[in-house]
Amino acid sequence: MDRIEKIRNGDVRTASRLIRDLEDEFPQAVSAIKELYPYTGQARVVGLTGAPGAGKSTLTDGILEALRKKGKSIGVLAVDPSSPYTGGAILGDRIRMQRHAEDPKVFIRSLATRGALGGISKAVGDSIHVLDSMGKDFVIIETVGIGQQEVEIMNYAHTVIVVLVPGMGDGVQTIKAGIMEIADVFVINKADRDGADTLAAEINLMLDMAASNQQIWRTPVVKIGNVINASEFKQGIDELLGHVDKHFQYLQNSGEIKQKMKNKALFEIKAALNNNINQVIYEQLLNDGSLETMINKMTERSSDAYTLSETVTAKYLKNI
Amino acid sequence: MAERKIRVLVAKPGLDGHDRGAKVIAQAFRDAGFEVIYTGLRQTPERIVATAEQEDVDCVALSMLSGSHLTLMPKVTKLLKEKSMDDILVVGGGVIPNEDIPLLKEAGVSEIFTPGTPTSLCAEYIKNNIHLK
Ligand SMILES: Nc1nc2c(ncn2[C@@H]2O[C@H](COP(=O)(O)OP(=O)(O)O)[C@@H](O)[C@H]2O)c(=O)[nH]1
Ligand SMILES: [Mg+2]
Repeated sequence: MDRIEKIRNGDVRTASRLIRDLEDEFPQAVSAIKELYPYTGQARVVGLTGAPGAGKSTLTDGILEALRKKGKSIGVLAVDPSSPYTGGAILGDRIRMQRHAEDPKVFIRSLATRGALGGISKAVGDSIHVLDSMGKDFVIIETVGIGQQEVEIMNYAHTVIVVLVPGMGDGVQTIKAGIMEIADVFVINKADRDGADTLAAEINLMLDMAASNQQIWRTPVVKIGNVINASEFKQGIDELLGHVDKHFQYLQNSGEIKQKMKNKALFEIKAALNNNINQVIYEQLLNDGSLETMINKMTERSSDAYTLSETVTAKYLKNI
Repeated sequence: MAERKIRVLVAKPGLDGHDRGAKVIAQAFRDAGFEVIYTGLRQTPERIVATAEQEDVDCVALSMLSGSHLTLMPKVTKLLKEKSMDDILVVGGGVIPNEDIPLLKEAGVSEIFTPGTPTSLCAEYIKNNIHLK
């Protein structure tokens, strides 16, 4: 069996090695993705974002339990930040999900951001393809969620869950526009805390104000209580998954899914173009010393960035 | 050509409830530039091996205080071997009596780091002894 067949048969080791090859940007990984791509597009992709400590990993664990009860298979990609100083990382999201580690229908993979700023890592898009072609029913992505700029997940997920916590500075005033707009479902987590109802009311009010007539999907706000209170927590998870399902049905019934998939394709094409054109040229300029020359011309003010890049374009992109 | 990033699973088998040592070593490995998969307390050998497979790690570092190292560490190496994953380097750390070290090495644990070993030395050992895939 070659590795493509192995992955399509759900072989964990082959899949996890391919994800590693993707992370390490090994050229042979790209050829595997080319072969796998025709088999993708089956899995439902759900993203979870929100501040560190909001409870994303704990919710993922609860979602895993609920989906497993329904017989679904799931891949999880859990992203944590790399240290900008050493390039190292502590990937600790699994801690909360380890009870599923031996379940053959669950595949959990931790990824470090490796300098990417969008809240996920560069390898996430292709790693979704790997899990998708393994036949996973669901792929869940837990983002880093450090600030409010981590909205890249919206390019990959069918449904984005934004997790907020009362008293964590997640008040409506502090939620920046971007994160507000990417939410398909809001979770008010740790809703046993003071302020949960107020926060939910604020979010609902804001959503009502933002709602336009064309907008058919009204982002629901789900309160999920303390994880210690198992039955209440499970109930919250079930409610959450109910909304996730409804959102997917909405995407299909409204036809919005087509636009979403087009956006996703465009995003992936842009990333590939960047890899195949920008980076290739950049490395060429770096290796033959012309980058150094360009830098010097700029600092001497004998040329400018636009003139220099036009020279590069003229040399490498002849048909433009 | 792209370069491999070293990935290490730091796991804490056994029943005792302290993971301070494991956290310290995880931080030291991060500072050495490794990607550290940290799984928390009370991991069974089966769980550790399943995690190593899903995470495609180069090294499993077992941190132990509980005294059951003579059963749990060889169990991990045995399971790795059964799954043909014995190209993964296994190291151990914690309060381990000197006389047990040869037994553990015999069982496939490559090196044991006893308390007081500088963490940078552990990281260096891993760098020099893993088989990058
Ligand atoms: N009070 C309360 N604490 C929770 C709840 N869910 C998670 N936590 C705790 O919040 C902390 C962070 O959770 P984690 O899932 O790792 O958050 P993440 O950083 O968003 O992935 C942990 O100590 C959890 O035990 C909850 O529903 N209620
Ligand atoms: Mg987390």
